[in-house]
Amino acid sequence: MAQIFHRSTNTLSRVTIFGAVFIVAGILGAVGIFVRSPYVTREGVPVVQPVPFSHKHHVNDDGIDCRYCHTSVEVSSFAGMPPTETCMNCHSQLFTTSPVLVPVFASARTDMPIQWNRVNQLPDFVYFDHSIHVNKGVGCTTCHGQVDQMPLMMRAASLQMTWCLDCHRDPAKYVRPLDQVFSMTWQPPADQLEAGKKLVTEYHIESKTNCSTCHR
Amino acid sequence: MSEQIRNPSHSPVVAPGYTFRTVTEKISSIVLKGTPRGWYVGFAICFLLAMMLLVAVTYLFIAGVGIWGINVPVAWAFAITNFVWWIGIGHAGTLISAILLLLRQTWRTSINRFAEAMTLFAVACAALFPILHLGRPYFAYWLIPYPSAMGVWPNFRSPLVWDFFAVTTYGLVSLMFWYVGLIPDLGTLRDRAHNTWAKMAYGLLAMGWRGSAYHWQRYHKSYFLLAALATPLVVSVHTIVSFDFAVAILPGWHSTIFPPYFVAGAIFSGFAMVLTITIPLRAFYHLEDFVTVRHLNAMAKVMLVSGLVVAYGYMTEIFLSWYSGNTFEEFLTQNRVFGPYAALFWVLLLCNVVIPQALWLRRVRTNALLLFIISVLINVGMWVERLVIVVGSLSRDYLPSAWGMFAPTAWDWATFIGTLGLFFALMFLFIRLLPMISMAEMRELVQETQPHATAEAAAKPE
Repeated sequence: MAQIFHRSTNTLSRVTIFGAVFIVAGILGAVGIFVRSPYVTREGVPVVQPVPFSHKHHVNDDGIDCRYCHTSVEVSSFAGMPPTETCMNCHSQLFTTSPVLVPVFASARTDMPIQWNRVNQLPDFVYFDHSIHVNKGVGCTTCHGQVDQMPLMMRAASLQMTWCLDCHRDPAKYVRPLDQVFSMTWQPPADQLEAGKKLVTEYHIESKTNCSTCHR
Repeated sequence: MSEQIRNPSHSPVVAPGYTFRTVTEKISSIVLKGTPRGWYVGFAICFLLAMMLLVAVTYLFIAGVGIWGINVPVAWAFAITNFVWWIGIGHAGTLISAILLLLRQTWRTSINRFAEAMTLFAVACAALFPILHLGRPYFAYWLIPYPSAMGVWPNFRSPLVWDFFAVTTYGLVSLMFWYVGLIPDLGTLRDRAHNTWAKMAYGLLAMGWRGSAYHWQRYHKSYFLLAALATPLVVSVHTIVSFDFAVAILPGWHSTIFPPYFVAGAIFSGFAMVLTITIPLRAFYHLEDFVTVRHLNAMAKVMLVSGLVVAYGYMTEIFLSWYSGNTFEEFLTQNRVFGPYAALFWVLLLCNVVIPQALWLRRVRTNALLLFIISVLINVGMWVERLVIVVGSLSRDYLPSAWGMFAPTAWDWATFIGTLGLFFALMFLFIRLLPMISMAEMRELVQETQPHATAEAAAKPE
């Protein structure tokens, strides 16, 4: 009886069967890497704004405190976006002829707010409150990164749930003394875990990992 | 015939006069020689029903589970009933192919192949329902424990996750067992096919089977290993399905009798489905020589025994509701027997307990038509039983103010009947494309039971 298949089919079928395992594993691995990549999370990707506002210049060069603009961060869930008036406190005098500031002056003149593009956005099914974090010793830079080094604002974290849970499961890794919350230069001490543990007790930090803590 | 009625257990498992050649010829010709008109008619009907399932599921995905009759308090109804029913039906296939193989029951040989196919298709139908029942079915993959970006694992304390593992394992092991068993037959079909495409298809699937001594030795080893692997699944899968109920605290669900009672019910309904398929199939393809009255008799006996265990389960439930002294348990039984769904309870009692008692009579066990009617009724009864358990308990639990009734919608029925269509359409495709009886094992059986006939045939130059 004539052969149906060529001899090479033997090799081909072996390669197919063994290769399938690696192909499937490779595809799954690639999907896992893709969903964690900046392409999906936008981590470290600068966001284009109507005015190229530089946190680096305002925080680092000028030494302006976070709360000068984000006024409600200590008392509200939302840190607050400054109205154009806040800009105009200085810019009614400074760089009044600069072309990049034209949208700011236009906003001040017409009383229409500048439409900033959101950088750190959580989904609507996540309940998040800035005030509790700030008042329990979670510093700005812990989540937002070295804002004083960012010419254009970008996400410093993936904002994925695993990132939230990393701290919620063990806050001692990240908490700092309350007087250091707004510091741009604070670095975790060598004994962060022990110091953090003490702060967790002192500030009565409950590491909440119930679903309904965030998904209310 | 009268002899067979006297004692079919002693009659041979293959009618006399068969040789290797004639066995192979008879079984492979169903696949390789044309399609009878009846096949087209049957397949067309089932295919249309399967398309109805497609419509029902598509509309379900667009509109959500609100198209079904479910609502609080009866949030589980047809979907879970169908799930338990289908997965139960699969159990007979595994029992026949694995446990009866290890017990060396020769009568399993001619029915194991399509019983296993039935298992596969039943599991496929069953696995649809938990997913369809999700509010957001596109997140069904969250049941899989994988390193997700959410940093959480499924709740391993939930029986629904155990279900996922049980059903997946069951599906995979059944598929492997079925496929490994098919390999020698695929080789035979490859060699006997005349059409080039058929040769190629069977050749690829046969994975280079040459029938050498090495091949046979490895085949037997892996087949028995898989049988051993599948054996615990006969008991474990439906045990875990029963935990979906038993772990809950609802009266009528929260009961330790559930695992054995569910397993017995699964085998009961599974054998009923095997008979429902076998009897028309053997008549249509004239396979009475391979699936003899002895086979029917043996399956009827298994059905009778597992039916008695199920009846014992019903009795225990009723007894314990009184013996527990628990008001809610007592009410549950009262409600089941006389409540708004009482008609269903009496139907299940009739179909699952009263009518199967006819199987004590050898005259009934050896009468294909009666057996077919009884097995269909048992299928109905077992479906109703699951509905009584699911809906009855949910509709009236502790607080009368929280009671509510369930009524199925047209979409409930379309989904259920659609899966019947899918199941039988797949069965039709299976019997047309693959040998529904294992040729290799039948040849072994002929060799064992009729050594003289085969020796004579071998000596004769053909």
